[in-house]
Amino acid sequence: MHVEQISIFIENKFGRLAEVTRILGDAGVNIRTLSLADTSDFGILRLIVNDTEKAKTVLKERGFTVSKTEVVAVEIPDRPGGLADILQTLDADGINVEYMYAFVERCGENAVMIFRFDETQKAIATLAAKGFNVLPGERLYRM
Amino acid sequence: MFFNEEFETLPREAIEALQLKRLKSMVERVQRSVPFYQESLAKAGVTSDSIQTLADLARLPFTYKQDMRDSYPYRMFAVPMEDIVRIHASSGTTGKPTVVGYTRKDIDTWSELMARSFVAAGVHKGDIIHNSYGYGLFTGGLGAHYGAERLGASVIPMSGGNTKKQIMIMQDFGSTVLTCTPSYSLFMAEAAREEGIDFRDLKLRVGIFGAEPWSEEMRCDIETKLNLCAVDIYGLSEIMGPGVAIECCEAKQGLHIWEDHFIPEIIDPESGELLEAGKEGELVITTITKEGIPLIRYRTRDITSISYEPCICGRTHARIARMSGRSDDMLIIRGVNVFPSQIESILMGVEGVEPHYLLIVERKDNLDTLEVQVEVGEQIFSDEIKHLQALSLRIEKQIKEMLGVTCRVRLVEPKSITRSEGKAKRVIDNRNKA
Repeated sequence: MHVEQISIFIENKFGRLAEVTRILGDAGVNIRTLSLADTSDFGILRLIVNDTEKAKTVLKERGFTVSKTEVVAVEIPDRPGGLADILQTLDADGINVEYMYAFVERCGENAVMIFRFDETQKAIATLAAKGFNVLPGERLYRM
Repeated sequence: MFFNEEFETLPREAIEALQLKRLKSMVERVQRSVPFYQESLAKAGVTSDSIQTLADLARLPFTYKQDMRDSYPYRMFAVPMEDIVRIHASSGTTGKPTVVGYTRKDIDTWSELMARSFVAAGVHKGDIIHNSYGYGLFTGGLGAHYGAERLGASVIPMSGGNTKKQIMIMQDFGSTVLTCTPSYSLFMAEAAREEGIDFRDLKLRVGIFGAEPWSEEMRCDIETKLNLCAVDIYGLSEIMGPGVAIECCEAKQGLHIWEDHFIPEIIDPESGELLEAGKEGELVITTITKEGIPLIRYRTRDITSISYEPCICGRTHARIARMSGRSDDMLIIRGVNVFPSQIESILMGVEGVEPHYLLIVERKDNLDTLEVQVEVGEQIFSDEIKHLQALSLRIEKQIKEMLGVTCRVRLVEPKSITRSEGKAKRVIDNRNKA
């Protein structure tokens, strides 16, 4: 039930982000959502795309350091306290969120959040048991 | 003013006669007691009897830093351990330092030569010497300390670091002489100014600066900002420590090398051929009185020239010019000697780090900074910032622990460090451009 995400190491230099997105665009890879974590020296660009393998291959060919990570996409009711409910559930089970970011598209009436957990399988089980809707990767890639 | 007028003003013929006598006796000692020299002298086909004139020195083999590393820790020592009263060491390329040992007489000689150096710089009994050279395995701190005590001056054993306290002590204790690296003196003056203290108002009269190369422009800058007479001092632990050579305050043109204890030669670093006076080349030193670890024709790797012209100060000992560079890739960062290979071996010890790195040295606010660029390959890449930052910190900490130099690790994209055919470019030193 997890979602595949690719992470790319980029130096904090002029034009690097543009280059990554250009390479993907030229290869016909569509970016579904992204998040950028940065420090003063470097950043880590995290992407969910429609074709993970292809994205990974073309970026590696161009010399980028790329890794594939498993993340979890969860539907969240678009109302006050929606996110808090999920986080509380995870907290109660001792699951750590390494990072999270929002998916750009909505799923019907709900928002979608992307989570990176320290224990992915356990998190998926916990969320499913509490009735949260964990979205399969296939749906996101095509959304 | 002299500390030992008789020896400091010996006529040239007398210096040379003394050198020849001491050289012969030194070679005789090492061929009797140091297996390394027994072997290297036999290979060169020379014995102490082959030395008839000083020109015969050129027939003796060179000694390299590597020879000392290979003899780690004590195999170059020429006396039994019970005669060694002090051990110093400088950092080594693979974590193992270069070790030197001193007999009581060696410490005595060192103290005298350092005292002579102080006097040549214009220091006298009654001065308060603020010694900011590091105390410890590094020879700077203790070397200057013993010389100051031999002279009879008051020495404050400050050691390096803790700039605020340095400034307070200098101000409150009325220090008249400062010993540290030239860049640290400017750094302290700058730090003092921020506290509202003008170094020109302090009692400092003389500054003895060494352990790193500096320029005439930097001397002018220091003398203006600190209002003192700044002289250059030279030394290296393999030969003795600080006080091998010193500028006299009268001329401030070249450093007098104490020729009754050391024989200097200038050679072509490529061919090893002796160069005539005035020509620039690598400084080679033979220690002729040292007991603990005598060295024959030691390759200092420092580039300079030598002059036997008489000096207005009255000292008859030859003068070497300010060091203009190195004949190897050693970097001097805030007075600490660093070889790129040392950093390489630390990086290689970190799981997953690839052998592509670049060292960038700059001078910011008068202090050297070292940036170590490391490429992030798949093996060390994590998509979590904290893991990458922890990696940088770990490398920084290891370099600090092993080499004693603070650096900043910068993670860069793979292949961003230029690959070159043949000798890789590992260092960008931007300090000389400033």
